[in-house]
Amino acid sequence: MIQNRLARIRRRFSRLSFPGFAMAGPWGGRPEGGEGDDGQPGQDNTQGRAGGTGSGGPQNPWTRPPRSGQGGGNEGGGARPSLIEDLLRRGRDSFGGGGGNGGGPGGGFARGGDPRALWPIALGIILVLWIALTSFHRVGPQQRGVVLMLGSYSRSMTPGIGLTLPAPFETVETIDVEEIRSVDIGSVSGGGQNLVLTGDQNIIDLAYSVRWNIRDPELYLFELADPDATVQEVAETAMRAVLATVSLNDALGAGRTGIEQQVALKMQEILDGYRSGIRIQGIAIKQADPPNEVNDAFKEVSAAKQDATTYVNQAAAYAQQLNARAQGEAAAFDKVYVQYKLSPEVTRRRMYYETMEAILADTDKTIIEANNVMPYLPLPEIRRKPKDAGNSTAVEGNR
Amino acid sequence: MERIWRNPVAAVLIALGFLILLGSTVAIVPETRQGVIVRFGQPVRILNSYNPKERFGQTGAGLAVRFPFAEQVVWIDKRIQSVEMERQQVLSTDQLRLQVDAFARYRITNPLRMYVSAGSEARVEEALRPILGSALRNELGKRPFAALLSPERGLVMHNIRNGLNRVARQYGAEVIDVRIKRADLPDGTPLQSAFQRMRTARQQEALTIRAQGEKQAQIIRAEADAAAAQVYAASFGKDPQFYDFYRAMQAYRRTFNPQNGGETSVILSPDNDFLREFRGR
Repeated sequence: MIQNRLARIRRRFSRLSFPGFAMAGPWGGRPEGGEGDDGQPGQDNTQGRAGGTGSGGPQNPWTRPPRSGQGGGNEGGGARPSLIEDLLRRGRDSFGGGGGNGGGPGGGFARGGDPRALWPIALGIILVLWIALTSFHRVGPQQRGVVLMLGSYSRSMTPGIGLTLPAPFETVETIDVEEIRSVDIGSVSGGGQNLVLTGDQNIIDLAYSVRWNIRDPELYLFELADPDATVQEVAETAMRAVLATVSLNDALGAGRTGIEQQVALKMQEILDGYRSGIRIQGIAIKQADPPNEVNDAFKEVSAAKQDATTYVNQAAAYAQQLNARAQGEAAAFDKVYVQYKLSPEVTRRRMYYETMEAILADTDKTIIEANNVMPYLPLPEIRRKPKDAGNSTAVEGNR
Repeated sequence: MERIWRNPVAAVLIALGFLILLGSTVAIVPETRQGVIVRFGQPVRILNSYNPKERFGQTGAGLAVRFPFAEQVVWIDKRIQSVEMERQQVLSTDQLRLQVDAFARYRITNPLRMYVSAGSEARVEEALRPILGSALRNELGKRPFAALLSPERGLVMHNIRNGLNRVARQYGAEVIDVRIKRADLPDGTPLQSAFQRMRTARQQEALTIRAQGEKQAQIIRAEADAAAAQVYAASFGKDPQFYDFYRAMQAYRRTFNPQNGGETSVILSPDNDFLREFRGR
């Protein structure tokens, strides 16, 4: 179906163009175009049509009339110049007409055309295209090209345009050597935990990423069956090997930088052992936490640390307070003592009276004078007093 | 010749035939592969065999010629390949169970032997996998759990590698290294008890930290008390008698002060020193 429709569109297209003039349309212009796959259809076409039997080689669906492929050549209407005819005509023009008895457009050329003149041209074009497309290689600034001569390593290409022999003889594989690739192991956000044993037989949940790039493209291509998976496996084994030598506390905090460096070194060593051509740029530990199951206990520890600090702070505050008071009191005593020393007796009495005055002014006083009076102290009364403080001063005072 | 040119179908057929012939005569050997040329099932030649001293470009890669149809090329990967062991439980000498993942990296260095003994690469891998598992079990079973978490680990791996290599050589392969990827406690009781141990260790740490804090606080208080006592003694020691009096006065003021709460009733005898003048003698 699609082919039929294509053919119809095509016909309409070709009717518009001038015979003999290079078709400017997207179809006609193709053979000179820079696209590699165009050589093939052109060739097929040539064979199929020039053979004239319409049955031999593969037919180009483009030029096939809508109804059948079989009668294509014979049935061709007058006003149906196709790619082939165009090509033919051009060939004849440029080579001085050749056997130029070819009829009108699409006429009887199927048998009467001169295929001998056509063949070398078509082949030549294909050859040129083939060489042009397969021998020039653009290598980007971040890339390196590895040139294979019939499968065997021949040389490396630096950035720029490189020349090689055409396709089957030399092929090029370009590899991005600057791009930093990264492998993530373990996950930061939930998911499964990546539990790792530490040297003191504790368990830690670890997430980290490995950044690497390619140092030697040819080693990278030829040495390892699956370099990317290898990097990941080596990262895991190196990380676990290193963690098996450090304690939990180091892994959780202070030792991280050291661990990262050790892992990077170890990975590089292993990968160099494989001659992998890979360079480890760095390891980043994104998360090193105790496993969820014991997280509370770890939080308890940090709470305990806070508590301990609190205790110490409180004690220090007490010490400050006590110290200040002692000094204050001592200073006060010293001052008074200096004055007391000057006239001890007077000062002593003065202080005594002042104190007694202050005390007794606010308290209930009972003075028992007569020696023969039996003092009667209503103890419950006294005990009750604090309760109804206000009016109870009287009892004893009045007596 | 003329005929052929006139008949492109024939030309194409001839070209095709020629290509087929060429394709079955010439083989392109890439750097990543080695080949065994087999003539009616009998291996006769090796292409691009692995040689550690060769540099790329000087290897046997490139074009190789064989008799068409009679000889076939069996391709074998030349690169380092890996064989992974299924996760399995290993019992250490101290009766601890461990879940171990390991992988081995190998390269087929003797393609002929490999072809004769195994036939295909997949078979080599199949053969190596169980042996890797048993070598690992044997070796780890000889050691305590702690050895896995120590530099001794390297030695363990080395022994396993040697054990595996002995077998691998029969298949024309060479084991480059064996590495433990993971060595974990199995899920369930062992893991939970490990967690329990960690938890109690943390609790112990927490208690210790608290106790240390308390201890420190107590020392600070005691030191402050001592310092205060020293200050007091230095000052009050100048006249203990006056101190006695002075401090008593302060104490009276504070104790009998109604603002401090509590009513005070004082019963005085006229003989009291304070009331000496009260009698008017």
